[in-house]
Amino acid sequence: MNTYIEGILILAGINLMAVLGLSLLTGFTGLFSFGHAGFMAIGGYTSAMLTVKFHWPFIPALLVGGLVAALFSAIIGKVTLNLKGDYFCIATLGFGEAIRLILDNVQYFGGARGWPGIPNYTNLWNVLGINLVAVLVLANLIRSRHGRNMIAIREEELASQIVGINVFKHKITSLMISASYAGIAGGLMAHYMTFLQPKMFSLVKSTELTIIVIFGGLGSISGSVLGALVLTALPEVLRSFSQWRLVCYGLAVIIIMISRPEGLLGGYELTPSSMKKLYNRLRLKKQAGKQGLEGGDIQ
Amino acid sequence: MNILELSGLTKKFGGLTAVGNVDFKVKKDSITGLIGPNGAGKTTIFNLITGVYKVSEGKVIFCNKNITNKEPYQIAEIGITRTFQNIRLFKRLSVYENVLIACHKNASYSILDSILMMPKYKREEKQLKLQANELLEIMGLSDRRELIANNLPYGLQRRLEIARALALKPQLLLLDEPAAGMNPDETEQLMLLIDDVRKKFQLTVLIIEHHMDLVMGICEEIMVLNFGCKLAEGTPYDIQNNPKVIEAYLGVEG
Repeated sequence: MNTYIEGILILAGINLMAVLGLSLLTGFTGLFSFGHAGFMAIGGYTSAMLTVKFHWPFIPALLVGGLVAALFSAIIGKVTLNLKGDYFCIATLGFGEAIRLILDNVQYFGGARGWPGIPNYTNLWNVLGINLVAVLVLANLIRSRHGRNMIAIREEELASQIVGINVFKHKITSLMISASYAGIAGGLMAHYMTFLQPKMFSLVKSTELTIIVIFGGLGSISGSVLGALVLTALPEVLRSFSQWRLVCYGLAVIIIMISRPEGLLGGYELTPSSMKKLYNRLRLKKQAGKQGLEGGDIQ
Repeated sequence: MNILELSGLTKKFGGLTAVGNVDFKVKKDSITGLIGPNGAGKTTIFNLITGVYKVSEGKVIFCNKNITNKEPYQIAEIGITRTFQNIRLFKRLSVYENVLIACHKNASYSILDSILMMPKYKREEKQLKLQANELLEIMGLSDRRELIANNLPYGLQRRLEIARALALKPQLLLLDEPAAGMNPDETEQLMLLIDDVRKKFQLTVLIIEHHMDLVMGICEEIMVLNFGCKLAEGTPYDIQNNPKVIEAYLGVEG
């Protein structure tokens, strides 16, 4: 395969991994986070440390990276998840920036100059495999009582408490799973770029992830997949416009948000059964239309 | 036997005493009414019982156990559930999902079980599905199970909220103005529903209501609240003839 296209697909896959995690938190649990780049950084640096300095194999290093990110999120969640609404969002923003600034000053990881020489382990196939597993895990989770409890919290927090849902526990679970996804994405990124620099995990990265989730549609896993593919590929497709590239990107996002405020697939999933349903409905509509014309009984 | 006992229950918001030193008992298997003018503190009492607000002073005792200041989800597990004055459904979810989510406490599979689709997950999911469908059947909502809750007519939204509460298999059901915004005909139907539900599910019902027909019609005991304090307590007949209650509702004759 063309290495250029392969590169774009790998980047989209890395973004997708982080976006899937954020999708659980934002799309299904209703908590906005602007600190997910921070979790990516933690996962990235941890896994790179394990492969470079301790010569671990790739996959265990990735998983431990995700785990460490989840641990950090548990600490953050413990102190901030009792905050209502926007305050949690601000707290995550602060967290993300704090992680970046701390890494800027840790000389063990190369500080602000960055850390070159990380082995190139990430390829299209392991990115694809990991994303496949990630989607399956997420889909199964969403369709379980745990996932439905998270959705209930998103819909109506007070009512979900009254029907016996431990809101805090479910929020923190959602946050931890979400952060571990971001952590694994960070690890993939480190071993694809073969270079890490705290600047890669700035607020811009967190915002990009949130934009993808909203663009794809809140509460839709397939929407997140579509969003990650489209919004990672778009800047590359637009490369020939050079300086107008980011303007086009912004416009595309704005146009989608105006014409479909719920995002590309807000609340819907593209599964074989839902496609079949849609197909049947369209066919019925067509038939109804035909009958109406033939019978001439439309008033 | 008393299922619920409030003793010296007090809630202060800063300098304002919303509920002051209320003593109150609810008999098991009864339908008890809680009435009073607007702002008397009726809903606050519900919020105190269900743990939505923290109690300032006093105790809430349920089945001889002290449940003061427990978290709302713990109260639900103990066996008390409620509906809200302004309906709080999971608006964008289907009727079926609304009830299904409330059935969750009967399942115990872990996150790992669900991710790996273990037999336990499948078995318990099937069980939950059955329970939810059964409840929808009893409440006469099964023909609308796929509708989005927000698109239901108002009366049915109330009914769904009660169905969702019943899914928890509570011992005590708190209804906060269930007939608000209903016409006399719908109120009549609601009365029958409440009575029916109580018998079928062997519940004790505590109900806040302004429709006096409903309160006087189905309640066996009534407590009247005014400015956060207990004004009177007794049978509907006692309450109707209590001069203090008449004064609170209608004022004194000049």
